[in-house]
Amino acid sequence: MFESLSDRLTETLGRLGRKGRLTEDDVKEAMREVRRALLEADVNFKVTKDFVAAVQERAIGQDVLRSLTPAQTAIGIVHDELIAVLGAEREPLRIPERPPQIVMMVGLQGSGKTTHTGKLALHLRKENRNPLMVAADVYRPAAVNQLQALGKQVNIPVYDEGTTANPVDIATNAVRFARERGFNPIIVDTAGRLQIDERLMQELVDIRDKIKPTEILLVADAMTGQEAVGVAQAFNDRLGVTGLILTKMDGDARGGAALSIRAVTGVPIKFIGTGEKLDALEPFYPERLASRILGMGDILSLVERAQEQTDEGEAERLQDKMFKGQFDLEDFLAQLQKIKKMGPLTELLGMIPGLGAQLRQAKAEINDDDYKRIEAIIRSMTPKERRRPDIIQFSRRKRIARGSGTDAQEVGQLLTQFKEMQKMMGQFGAMAKKGKLPDLDGLEFGAPGMPQLPGHLNAPNRPARRPNPKKAKRRR
Amino acid sequence: MVFSRLFRRKSEPDVLLEQGLEKTRRGVFSEITRLFDRNALDDDLYEDLEMLLIQADVGWDVSQKLVAELRATVDRERIKDPADAREVLRQEMIELLELATRNRTVKILQRGVPFVIMVVGVNGVGKTTTIAKLAAYHQRFGRSVMLAAGDTFRAAAIDQLKVWGERRQVPVIAGPQNGDPGAVVFDAMAAAHARNVDVLIVDTAGRLHTKHNLMAELEKLRKIMVRHVETAPQEVLLVIDATTGQNGLVQAKEFAKSVTITDIMIAKLDGTAKGGIAFSVAKELGTPISYVGTGEKATDLAEFRPETYVDALFFGTGDGL
Repeated sequence: MFESLSDRLTETLGRLGRKGRLTEDDVKEAMREVRRALLEADVNFKVTKDFVAAVQERAIGQDVLRSLTPAQTAIGIVHDELIAVLGAEREPLRIPERPPQIVMMVGLQGSGKTTHTGKLALHLRKENRNPLMVAADVYRPAAVNQLQALGKQVNIPVYDEGTTANPVDIATNAVRFARERGFNPIIVDTAGRLQIDERLMQELVDIRDKIKPTEILLVADAMTGQEAVGVAQAFNDRLGVTGLILTKMDGDARGGAALSIRAVTGVPIKFIGTGEKLDALEPFYPERLASRILGMGDILSLVERAQEQTDEGEAERLQDKMFKGQFDLEDFLAQLQKIKKMGPLTELLGMIPGLGAQLRQAKAEINDDDYKRIEAIIRSMTPKERRRPDIIQFSRRKRIARGSGTDAQEVGQLLTQFKEMQKMMGQFGAMAKKGKLPDLDGLEFGAPGMPQLPGHLNAPNRPARRPNPKKAKRRR
Repeated sequence: MVFSRLFRRKSEPDVLLEQGLEKTRRGVFSEITRLFDRNALDDDLYEDLEMLLIQADVGWDVSQKLVAELRATVDRERIKDPADAREVLRQEMIELLELATRNRTVKILQRGVPFVIMVVGVNGVGKTTTIAKLAAYHQRFGRSVMLAAGDTFRAAAIDQLKVWGERRQVPVIAGPQNGDPGAVVFDAMAAAHARNVDVLIVDTAGRLHTKHNLMAELEKLRKIMVRHVETAPQEVLLVIDATTGQNGLVQAKEFAKSVTITDIMIAKLDGTAKGGIAFSVAKELGTPISYVGTGEKATDLAEFRPETYVDALFFGTGDGL
């Protein structure tokens, strides 16, 4: 992956800072880095140009030259400006003067319209609404079946007329049907189309003129490149788009397309799609996307990944066990598996803001193979040994080492570290009981279900480290 | 060419590519040609060129490199005529893309051994449509084709593949929705053997390259194939959406970590996207880019050719170059 902009600015401006005084040229040099980072994040070329000009003006005009920490100040300005473009306020879905609320989903092929029709319907039903989904994509094979299947999954009705009817008629009939039966809102899934396909674009205009939607949502893939602007402009010019859903944000695309679309069309981003499951739809937070475009770490994604692997009841049960000092090696193994599913350790660490630079040094030390060794050792124990590690004495230790392809010393290290961890957890629990600890769930960046790992095997006695919440907050 | 040494092609794929790219050519990229209509090779021209390349998703790094190389050649060979410089750029771009064709290997279809193609990619790039195209492509050579509905996750993905199967009149092996894709692949391998199928094309669920457990599943599918045919899958095709920006390269790299990618297809070139990501992929990975997709019909598939790609998307053709 690319180095992040925040790292690069720290390098450019930090180096210059030590030299003594910053000049305007130094700032301009730094702005080149900003430009490059935005382009690498797929922000449109013209948008980048305007954006960098604005940032440069502010940077030279005031803060950066006089600042003691020019890099931090510059990052701050870029971050603020990004948020300014993305829209500081979150815009909710429009409410019509007279019901029903009609939402039309449009976009290119493969952007995720059908999936997000399902997600949006589920989202609205959670607000105690009574949604109806409309299958107006008669072109893509099995698109109607797909919407029906999604409807069945979440138990939301789907209006369809098969694949032989005309989409304009389907939409019109669906609205009549919804009025008769009291469905509201109505979400119309349309076929994916190229913005240069005149016939299909006209079809959307015809649907719009017939059903007069409250909201026309453009569904756009977060991975889209420079063409995002052209696509959005074309849809907006023909239809008057009222909002954007940015999909596939659970990947690692920087999502610069969203910035471009917003800057050029002024269309607000209303939701982001963060996964394949139907509840993976979130309101849009400009702050998070700004950090992401800058590559400033993404603690919230980390939390999300952790949540994906944990259910609440399980987390509570574990917390209870930890605090009582009953957390055993079986629990530990289970937690290890979950972390593994979240991705390689180095990648997870990369998501912690401010850790970027340190991480590069630590990278040599952190090794996913350590997981495997720990796993092998635990798996070579009997269930009884896992529950009561105390009973593991010399001969058992030797057997476990043989079974796991390690040596007795390594097994010993793991056991020592585990014992310490257990002790710490117990103390934690005692403190929590006395009310000395803040409510863990209330911590802004508390990642539920994230266990502490003992340091890796070659460094005994090193206490397990947890991301420092203060560091995490520094990015604000 | 993928099969050309062993099989004669019945149609001329370049014609398809040109037709599919007709619309695209009218976009930004005749602008490159127009750029060189200027009188002088000055800084402005180079700056504008860099902008046009970036707008085509060629990416910051590669754009810089292309422009720097062009400048160096112009200086070294004392080129004065912008039209000559344009030809230098064109050759540079073709050479870059040739990095993605020189590693092509000849694939051999053996009688009685199914040639297995596993199609992978992130969500929504057009895997299923690509499969229909591949089926049509192989049918044109008179090969018998079978499809395996390995995307058991996305709602109605199985139905979608079945519709294509009916249209192409090829059998589709499928399991239940949300079933184990491994089981589908196992059944399909057995069926392909039993029915003496020439080409088995396996659909897989779209997966973001950041989902490690899903990426690991691809390796599992490969292992199941190997149990039936030692050399399977003979082709692992990564589909990349031409509209994708710089993340396309990340996708390719990450997929390559989980499973050996033998071929890349750039899909959806019928839109306005310039598919500039092909340059980064060629430069960084060198994995063969074998096909391009130019539309929604089963016949909208062409073989990837650097020269045609560069001319159609970036320079337009028939302008005397």
